[in-house]
Amino acid sequence: MSDKFDVIIVGAGPAGSAAALTLARAGLSVVVFERGAFPGAKNMFGGVLYTPILNKLIPKFWEEAPIERHIVKRRFSLLSSKSEAAFEFRCEDYNEKPPFNQSFSALRARFDPWFSKKAEEAGAMVIPETVVDDLIVKNGRVCGVKARREGGEVLADVVIAADGVNSFLAKKAGLRKDFSRAVLAVAAKEVISLPREVIEDRFSLEGQEGMAMEFFGDSVAGMVGGGFIYTNQETLSVGIACSIKSFIDKKVAPNDLLDRFKAHPSIKRLIKKGETLEYSGHMIPEGGFERVPQVYTDGLLLVGDAAHLVNASFYHEGTNLAMASGLYAAEAIIEAKEKDDFSAQTLKRYQKKLNNSFVMKDLKKYRAVEKWSHENLKFFEEYPGIALEMLKDYFSISEVPKETIQKEAYRKVRTHISPIQAFLELNKFRKTFF
Amino acid sequence: MKIAVCIKQVPATESKIKPSSDGKEIDRTGLSYVVNPYDEFGVEEALRIKERLESSVTVVTMGTERAEEALRTCLALGADQAIHIKDDLLRGGDAYGVALVLTTALMKEHYDIIFFGKQAVDDDSGAVGIHVAELMGLPHVAVINKLDLKPEEGRALASRQIEGATEMVNIKLPAVFTCQKGLNEPRYASLPGIMKAKQKPLTTLTLADLGVDKDAVGAKGAKLVVDCIKAPRVRSTGNIIDKNPSESVEELVRLLRDEAKVL
Ligand SMILES: Cc1cc2nc3c(=O)[nH]c(=O)nc-3n(C[C@H](O)[C@H](O)[C@H](O)COP(=O)(O)OP(=O)(O)OC[C@H]3O[C@@H](n4cnc5c(N)ncnc54)[C@H](O)[C@@H]3O)c2cc1C
Repeated sequence: MSDKFDVIIVGAGPAGSAAALTLARAGLSVVVFERGAFPGAKNMFGGVLYTPILNKLIPKFWEEAPIERHIVKRRFSLLSSKSEAAFEFRCEDYNEKPPFNQSFSALRARFDPWFSKKAEEAGAMVIPETVVDDLIVKNGRVCGVKARREGGEVLADVVIAADGVNSFLAKKAGLRKDFSRAVLAVAAKEVISLPREVIEDRFSLEGQEGMAMEFFGDSVAGMVGGGFIYTNQETLSVGIACSIKSFIDKKVAPNDLLDRFKAHPSIKRLIKKGETLEYSGHMIPEGGFERVPQVYTDGLLLVGDAAHLVNASFYHEGTNLAMASGLYAAEAIIEAKEKDDFSAQTLKRYQKKLNNSFVMKDLKKYRAVEKWSHENLKFFEEYPGIALEMLKDYFSISEVPKETIQKEAYRKVRTHISPIQAFLELNKFRKTFF
Repeated sequence: MKIAVCIKQVPATESKIKPSSDGKEIDRTGLSYVVNPYDEFGVEEALRIKERLESSVTVVTMGTERAEEALRTCLALGADQAIHIKDDLLRGGDAYGVALVLTTALMKEHYDIIFFGKQAVDDDSGAVGIHVAELMGLPHVAVINKLDLKPEEGRALASRQIEGATEMVNIKLPAVFTCQKGLNEPRYASLPGIMKAKQKPLTTLTLADLGVDKDAVGAKGAKLVVDCIKAPRVRSTGNIIDKNPSESVEELVRLLRDEAKVL
């Protein structure tokens, strides 16, 4: 065994494993360090795994990957303390044949080890239970890492920081400062077990069909963020995710918010009689385009959450951006290896690939979301309640003539917001999200 | 010295264990696994001997596919090679069957010392090591917390804690020892150790490879059959009497008298 590797990857999440797989297939020597007892041991997401890149890396992955259900239905709903208004979309085209709509519910503790194993089978060396504490820098170039173990200094031509949202390595390399509270969301989630027939009945699903639900408004006490339920085979992923700033402003703890979410009448009936199997918390980098740092320097590349690559908007896409960035970083390194030049100048190819792909294009499209969210708190705090109150008045049956009811309903709305203001704000919303 | 250490992969000690739906086994969903902590003392002792005397250390396990991880862990610590006995026919066996299989594998080489943990923390039967000694016709000392080798005499002095005293046993090698806490402080794997472990030889053997009669082991050969596994009764949580002080006292007395029946 040589004591120097072509590439060291820190973190065996989707970003790190995609990079490891690609590099190992190209014949480069790769070592992956993962702090968890096994890859995925402590990782969590909502979640829906979006798979266009996975399908490129491992065609027909669905035949063997530990995925749960394919998503055929998405639902967005607005809650007040007693009412719910929802928009649901289901499409039979999403139900035809694999890879369906490239969206699958999944549990990371099962998916990540499988994906990492693929990299290992391709020739990467994966070393779990090993924390990387530092970078080794010589003459201004990153040339290795220090792992928290005896004899833990390992050298390589390039290091990939795939160490997730808190990327200590990105900070060490001076590529990233700590993110501000406004751009990070904190999530708390429970995996709740229910018999599969109950899940299928309750969510009106058949076979392997799955559903993604997101909730806003009172479900999360009017905070900037939302609640979610995703159906797995025999469990539900139930959680909330809101900006750290709102947790601080509202002085609420994530686990209390999750309890409140689960107690809402609309949620309670969906999780009734379920048994909580596990509880977890995690952060999400939601700052979008503006916060993506420079992703390369001499001897180091940032991928996935470490590079802040999450499309928050309506999609909550992170895993496929992570895999895409891992793939592009690996491609750039393979090119660099051919030239035997691992300077920033050559590794810059990675940034180019990222910019030309859906990753940066999508982030650019939704660049205003984070700012909009914090400047339009009414959309989280106030408007859901007003809208639901109006709907309630509208559908309430009594002897009062409908015309009177409706006029009164509109009058009530106007005491909160003028038509012109409503028009302007909705227009801004549309521009930000669509 | 040629040293063998027999190890078992067991659910991590912090795991929440519950019986499987048929009540014959434990429910293995979501469990993570470790090397049986008592076996780690055996591995460590073997490695310390190797540091002093020219030795080779072989780790042996009988277990499912997953048990390979446990062997790799021991190789990362410094063991030289590993033997993994793996066969579906071994399912449902008892301690005797395991001992029979291990004995066959251990007889293929000559070992001066064979270590076991004093018991595996999952089934706690503590029988396999001693069965093996018996089947191999070797002397053994169980539950040792100190071992002094006298290689030039071909003997060893093993200490074990007995009620109120330490018993020292002078034993002729080759011999079998089962290890107790206190024997040593197991090390952590170094990074080069972990990396090298991936390339160290690991031999996989089936019953056919060993030439063991399949009817003598596994569920068929078992002399002991687990009838059922039951979860311990859940202790009810305490009651909080939340009234003003004088009412609380009255209520407490009533509960002690009528419900707990201790007054
Ligand atoms: C509540 C929640 C819901 C989400 N929902 C979705 C969703 O529905 N769909 C979606 O696509 N995305 C979702 N995401 C985002 C998605 O999870 C992330 O974008 C994605 O996991 C990023 O992958 P990664 O490989 O960059 O980082 P991670 O998955 O975070 O992996 C980083 C790895 O690095 C390891 N590590 C960190 N530091 C060190 C160190 N110093 N040494 C060694 N190892 C280290 C960690 O243990 C971990 O395994 C969600 C996220 C959250 C928190």
